[in-house]
Amino acid sequence: MNRLLKISNSVLALAILFALMIASCRSGGKDAKKEADSASVQGASPAVYEDLKQAEKIFYTLPSPLESAMLIKSAGALFDNNLLNPVENTSNYSTNRSMGLNLGIYTCDLSFASLYDQTQLIIDYMNAAKKMADGLGILDAIDEEDIKNLEENIHNTDVIMDIVSQTYLNSNSYLEDNNQPAIAALVLAGGWLEGLYISTQLIDMKDFNGNKLVGRIIDQKLSVDILIDLLETSQGHPAVDELIIQVKRVKKVFDKITLKTSPIRPEYDQSANVTVLKSEVQSDLTSEVFKELSATISEIRNNLIK
Amino acid sequence: MRILKIAAVLIPIFIASGINANGQCKAFAKRTCLPELGSYTHDGNYHATVLAEGEEAELYKTFYSDMEYRLSICGDEGLPPVEFVVLDVNKNILYSNKEAGGANTWDFKLQSSQQLRIIIKVGSSGVKGGTPANGCVAIMFGFKIKT
Repeated sequence: MNRLLKISNSVLALAILFALMIASCRSGGKDAKKEADSASVQGASPAVYEDLKQAEKIFYTLPSPLESAMLIKSAGALFDNNLLNPVENTSNYSTNRSMGLNLGIYTCDLSFASLYDQTQLIIDYMNAAKKMADGLGILDAIDEEDIKNLEENIHNTDVIMDIVSQTYLNSNSYLEDNNQPAIAALVLAGGWLEGLYISTQLIDMKDFNGNKLVGRIIDQKLSVDILIDLLETSQGHPAVDELIIQVKRVKKVFDKITLKTSPIRPEYDQSANVTVLKSEVQSDLTSEVFKELSATISEIRNNLIK
Repeated sequence: MRILKIAAVLIPIFIASGINANGQCKAFAKRTCLPELGSYTHDGNYHATVLAEGEEAELYKTFYSDMEYRLSICGDEGLPPVEFVVLDVNKNILYSNKEAGGANTWDFKLQSSQQLRIIIKVGSSGVKGGTPANGCVAIMFGFKIKT
């Protein structure tokens, strides 16, 4: 009887310990209120971050690969397949770090190819992204049905964009919901860095002045602090810590650019049923600083795809 | 001793149900929030979490001058209405859905690219006592090239 009691007490103790372990894991995630107080304020626009104390959850979001690709296309840039990470490199990636980063990179390349109707590349890069997602154990991020759907609609850009958007959503929601925020952050960072890499490489210095794409590159100054804040929510993860150092190098170059924005005036356009946020912005990016930015991004990105 | 035994059985169940609730937010976001984007292309990013009455979430994102955006915010059926405000970096309120009849979408475009902050808050049901309602809240963005 005594022995039975001892066993049942041990089971009880183990059950409570298990419960406490799970609870402590969860409270350390992005949802924790204390994270908002301590993790991320440095380096960002001070006024924005003054009163973070109330939020239960903070989302730091970057332009998605699809949005980055759309920005490049809308700036009038031409497609260059030599800028993409070759799909043959997929076999080089076996760690969660390299697969997470390159899932973001390949998804950006896939988005870029999709918007420029590069039919064979779309299929190749969807398969490359699938390999990365499968390697990370992301269930059903990209299934055979998606690939088939893609092949059947290969000339329909709208459908392709929907498929790319859905597969990206499947990947990052899986990682977020399965308590892998560090890998989720690496995916987002990989996509953002690839978009910036492609953009900077597409600039011909002969057309530097007045180039619309240069304007979109300057805009990324607004996202670099958000990226650092996002990565710092997973500080302590070795791959994330290493990436923070690299992204801070990018920030250091962006800090050489001054952005002056006039106050925003919201105006409602009744005919289009849309609010227009009116403001003027001035920046002072020189060709020297641009070259430094381009070289820094290129070095970091080329290390990520090794 | 009996209470402890019951607790040992119930605590992991409650915790596991919390994890499932987070997982269910993806299905909720896709089912409820995504269709609200209409003709806008979803950017693919995922922002959803479980919030209780009176709780807040915040989001930071850069929006670009070349795009038109639709912001869509959805809360579970069992939740009181979700309020949201959009602020600039100087904390000026640019939009409040409370002043727009509780709309759950907002269409906007920008003359110059800006970093904006979105604060969402689950309202209160006003019922005193009992457990506050909780459920999924999702924030989604759609975009298209500015016309």
